[in-house]
Amino acid sequence: MIYRETGQFRTSYAEDQAIFRLREDRIGIIVILAIAWVGIPLVADEYLLRAILIPFLILSVAAIGLNLLLGYCGQISLGTGAFMAVGAYAAYNLALRLPEIPLLIDFLLAGLIAAGIGIVFGLPSLRIKGLYLAVATLALQFFADWAFLRVHWFTNYTPSGSVTAPPLDIFGWLVDTPLEKYWLCLAFACATALFAKNLVRSRIGRSWMAIRDMDIAAEIIGIRPMHAKLSAFAVSSFIAGLAGVLWAFVHLGSWEPLAFSIDMSFRLLFMVIIGGMGSILGSFLGAAFITILPIFLNQVPAMVGIQLSTAMVSHLEFMIFGTLIVLFLIWEPHGLARLWQIGKEKMRLWPFPY
Amino acid sequence: MKPHPSLGALLGTALIATLAGSASAAETIYYPSLVYRSGAYAPNGIPFANGVADYVAMINARDGGVGGVKIEFEECETGYATDRGVECYERLKSKGAKGAIAFSPLSTGITFALTEKVPNDKIPLQTMGYGRSESADGRVFPWNFPLLGTYWSAADILIQHVNKISGGLKGKKITLVYHDSPYGKEPIPVLQDHAQKYGYTFEAIPVTHPGVEQKAAWLKIRQTRPDFVFLWGWGVMNSTAIKEAVAVGYPRERMYGVWWAAAEPDVRPAGDDAKGYQGLALHPAGADYPVHKDILKYVYDAGKGAGKREEVGEVLYNRGVIDAMLKLEAVRNAQKIFNVKVPTGEQVREGYERLELTAERIRELGFEGLITPLKVSCLDHEGARKARIHQWDGQKWVFVSDWIEADTSYLRPKVEAAALAYAKEKGITPRSCN
Repeated sequence: MIYRETGQFRTSYAEDQAIFRLREDRIGIIVILAIAWVGIPLVADEYLLRAILIPFLILSVAAIGLNLLLGYCGQISLGTGAFMAVGAYAAYNLALRLPEIPLLIDFLLAGLIAAGIGIVFGLPSLRIKGLYLAVATLALQFFADWAFLRVHWFTNYTPSGSVTAPPLDIFGWLVDTPLEKYWLCLAFACATALFAKNLVRSRIGRSWMAIRDMDIAAEIIGIRPMHAKLSAFAVSSFIAGLAGVLWAFVHLGSWEPLAFSIDMSFRLLFMVIIGGMGSILGSFLGAAFITILPIFLNQVPAMVGIQLSTAMVSHLEFMIFGTLIVLFLIWEPHGLARLWQIGKEKMRLWPFPY
Repeated sequence: MKPHPSLGALLGTALIATLAGSASAAETIYYPSLVYRSGAYAPNGIPFANGVADYVAMINARDGGVGGVKIEFEECETGYATDRGVECYERLKSKGAKGAIAFSPLSTGITFALTEKVPNDKIPLQTMGYGRSESADGRVFPWNFPLLGTYWSAADILIQHVNKISGGLKGKKITLVYHDSPYGKEPIPVLQDHAQKYGYTFEAIPVTHPGVEQKAAWLKIRQTRPDFVFLWGWGVMNSTAIKEAVAVGYPRERMYGVWWAAAEPDVRPAGDDAKGYQGLALHPAGADYPVHKDILKYVYDAGKGAGKREEVGEVLYNRGVIDAMLKLEAVRNAQKIFNVKVPTGEQVREGYERLELTAERIRELGFEGLITPLKVSCLDHEGARKARIHQWDGQKWVFVSDWIEADTSYLRPKVEAAALAYAKEKGITPRSCN
């Protein structure tokens, strides 16, 4: 009754091409953005910002990056953590060795370097598919782990192999309070989401989806697989590289290669699968599920006043979290984004479903 | 009708009494404890966490807290993961009346991440026997307290010991098998420096986290046959290393673990094969010190022990007890200096910086024999840098050396140079200590 398209006529091509074609959707997104930009900063405390929202936003960006590759172009990658690491270490080295470049430009350059590495390691995708490709990208993950542990030039010969980020100075704006860091991450998340959404509606995005659905058919109708696959790898690793920079510079401040280990790649893969492959919204939902839910589960016993030992709480966290993943995948193999879509369909028919 | 003046006075007193009552009820010292009771490193994380929890419980039960103020104790599970450790820190740092007194993450990775955060939050970071070695320089790292010894001190002590027992290291070969993380890499610069000074050849072999796969490392050791193997491992990596040493026939008597690789969970899984294995000891094992009697009496006899009674007195348990004691001594010191009941993190920092434990004070605390006197200062946040060597005889740890002190004249310039390099990279101006 409230949420439906009846009576909303689109009279121009611009209206027809809008991302949110329904007035209700537009209102919804404005409300969400207003809450994210203004509402949360008014009420959130430091814990919520620094421990929950900043990691959530950064991993959402990374999940969008992987979703472009996996969800839209159908190329399985287990190397997202490595792309993040490349971005983080590239930005660190640029900031260290070329201090005259502004930090924000460093970030974008680091993204471009990650994109370059992405193209190189995307080359095997021209010959191999599916799980075999996953194994090939796994090689990148181990290569990156090895390079950042062993090649001491990358870590500026620090004895411990752990590096620290310089102060975050974005064109004279010193980002040091949790709120400023939150805004910075939010800006990156919004920009990435908008960019990704428009990209997948464009010619490039449609060529990715054609490759994903059937690469031979796509080739026959004139899509160049090399072009499509490598551009997907490039864009995906650019975004993952940016997320890596944010993870290192904004969230951790000081990091070691373990921060971008295979665990990170798997977590991102789970985010995309649980959130919904081929959906930008799904990237955010998946990131929320994987990052926030364990922390929430960990605090539930204390919130409801049950005294349990720390070990018990953490074991319960693992068990419940694991069970939920399995259940979600049984109920809705297409992810949380699909659940949301089903909800919207139901809303349109409400209150007289047929 | 005019109210009776004495009635007003009575009401007033009652009100003040209630306020005062509620204020004193709220006044507790908030003691957060970052632990890992799950995951790959749990066998080593659990005894340490139990030691901390039991000591705090004992102080609450016996003395009613520190300086008459009860301690509110809370654990948070990090699983040894840096991101969860940061989350725990953010969750706990501002709890309690005046915020957390200090943090001890028991993980070099979390220590590195928190080192960036504590100066803003003004909470001290106590890293007893671990953490960044250069953080011993209090001018650049005002908030870090690597008490009792850093990894650089540990490496120096080990070299001194093997130099002594082998009658000179010239022409000898030393191999370091290390956990491939900041923790394992910390000693490398010192061992390399010493290689030139003492004339031994040095080789470092990394083992990837969590350390269950180290066949390649030990095959290499079988090939090169070093005179000594130093083990810088943690958790399951240590017992695996001992088993692998058995497999390639490397004598355990020539293996030395750092103080995190010389505890019961490291040798027990290897069984009899671990006999003869040696390691650094920051402090003895054993439960016959006065502090243990109090812990058993006030905590275990009351049925409130965090672990099993027979595990009281294990190496890592004792380390947890000492860790908690040092933290509470800093709090006590801060109470004295600032004449407050509940000190803020900033005041606890002062308490750390002016912490001095004399032999007499150590006896009072019931720690005689467990630790040696220490004195922290603005310049030196380590306080003491001594350790002994102990050897596993199949049942218990036996001392095979006296206390060995690290060579300050060599280490201090190195610490200062590394600290200055950090300060330069981060744009910090080192504070003056005068």
